[in-house]
Amino acid sequence: MITTTKPAPRLDTAGRTAPRKRRPLRTWVIAVAAYVIAVIFLLPYLEMLVMALRPNNELGLATILPKHWTFSNFTTLWSSGLGGSIGTSLEIAAGATVIVLLVALPAAYCSARRRFRGRVAFLLLVLATQMFQPAAMLVGIQREFSDFGLPPTLSLIVVNAAFNLAFAVWILTAFFASIPVELEEAAMVDGLGRVGALTRITLPLAAPGIVTALIFTFIAAWNEFLVALTLSLGQAPSQQPLTVAINNYIGEYSVDWGHLFAAGLVATVPVIILFAFIERRVVSGLTAGAVK
Amino acid sequence: MPAALRRLAPLLWLSPALALIGVVVLWPVVVMVQSSFQQIGGEGFVVGYNGTTNYHNLFHEPDFVSVLLRTVVWVVVVVAVTVLLSLGLAQLLHQKFPGRRLTRWALIIPWAASVMMTALIFKWALDPNVGVINVILHHIGVVKQYGSNQADWLGNPTSALAWMMAVAIFVSLPFTTYAILSGLQGIPGDVYEAAQIDGATSWRSYLGVTLPLLRPAILVATLINVINVFNSFPIIWEMTRGGPGYETSTSTIYMIDLKQSDVGQAASMSVFNFLLVIVIVLVYLSTTRWKEQVDQ
Repeated sequence: MITTTKPAPRLDTAGRTAPRKRRPLRTWVIAVAAYVIAVIFLLPYLEMLVMALRPNNELGLATILPKHWTFSNFTTLWSSGLGGSIGTSLEIAAGATVIVLLVALPAAYCSARRRFRGRVAFLLLVLATQMFQPAAMLVGIQREFSDFGLPPTLSLIVVNAAFNLAFAVWILTAFFASIPVELEEAAMVDGLGRVGALTRITLPLAAPGIVTALIFTFIAAWNEFLVALTLSLGQAPSQQPLTVAINNYIGEYSVDWGHLFAAGLVATVPVIILFAFIERRVVSGLTAGAVK
Repeated sequence: MPAALRRLAPLLWLSPALALIGVVVLWPVVVMVQSSFQQIGGEGFVVGYNGTTNYHNLFHEPDFVSVLLRTVVWVVVVVAVTVLLSLGLAQLLHQKFPGRRLTRWALIIPWAASVMMTALIFKWALDPNVGVINVILHHIGVVKQYGSNQADWLGNPTSALAWMMAVAIFVSLPFTTYAILSGLQGIPGDVYEAAQIDGATSWRSYLGVTLPLLRPAILVATLINVINVFNSFPIIWEMTRGGPGYETSTSTIYMIDLKQSDVGQAASMSVFNFLLVIVIVLVYLSTTRWKEQVDQ
């Protein structure tokens, strides 16, 4: 079955209690190489910060760092309706997350606990949808949802929920399957009842999986661009999700880079922090089912 | 509870998921195939069925073949380089060194951030007059003059594609590295001890022991990357819009551009894309003897 990946912490602590040896040169060579790579991965996003703090009158200067620093891009950001876009993105991401949880929890619990006919077929169908990308069927999505006539925000909630369902079902199935049935049965014998066993025993034990599915869906929906761009076409900027609204700083003849990157930071930093919480479990959810 | 009801119970638990997949993931495919045989006017108004005309027109578009070839190159280069670099990166981050946790966190940033934002950063950094990459290249003497053709990386199809591939690789590295890293963590240490006793050098034991054991992880990571890279949209759209002309377009960008003028033909392009992805995946799975891996 699918197991969550754990780095081996035991060796680390053992090393700490034992008399400290000097680290060999090889360790430091490895460490320095890793730090350099870490900095390379960080630099583009630091550049975003540098640009957001660069005064507008220095945008035309060919210098790596600005001569002066200013926070004005962040303070003037809100007059352009960015608050509304953040609200729209929050609605979409939170809405999609709630739907994914409501839909994936029963499906995953049932798939993990019961051996019914069609169980494998269902899990395969879910896995197949992971191979389906909105970009590949954009024409179909656009035509279907224009027929539905739903408001764009609601459409985007549903689309994001559907395309992130696979990840949630897989990781939750793995978590439920790893919780022994005997625990639930014991709780039921002790008089908790089926619902009590579920809410007091199973769900808390599956909490890491639930949190991972929740955060992953939230981030994916928050970052989604193509469907958002297609379905929120012609909306007022404050009604558009953040990824689309940021593109409004790109004009026909000039780009408002300062505001663009300030808004980009607002959109990016929270999800990077959220992602750090689930980082270790995401891979097992994405590759689950494929390597059993 | 009657036996028949008990057997239907799972359906009750699964039905919300089935409904969501059916309506939002599967039905658009049906609509797409249907649209590909229709003549559709500017406002999405269906004029009527026109048989295979959309496909016929699509295959006779002057840019069609070059866009397809470019898509194949795009996918092969981006995925191959990503997997190769990730093998090295995973090996490095698998070692024990102070600050390993922090360096792993730095690696996830391009994964957590939206690809669109990353693409915009690079579009800015490659600005021919003031972009920071050009400023650095100017300082070290590679770029002779700001605003010159040489500094206009995104204006020249060849250099634009190279830079966009680099960005695509950059944003694909975190997931791939993490997938291989989790594969590495699944290899028990005594396997290496055995190899060492047998006198294998570290390079030999990597080729002989590590790589074969990593195969499932590499397979899945490659497969997921192929799907993502084939469908990748924000990088090319933000950095060149597929231009000049269609000279930096992949099939996804081409399809989205077609959608502005002729929805029916865009639908036929989507169907074609869709079949292409299925073929790529099947070919990949058969050449890598996927079944054996899963059955083991």
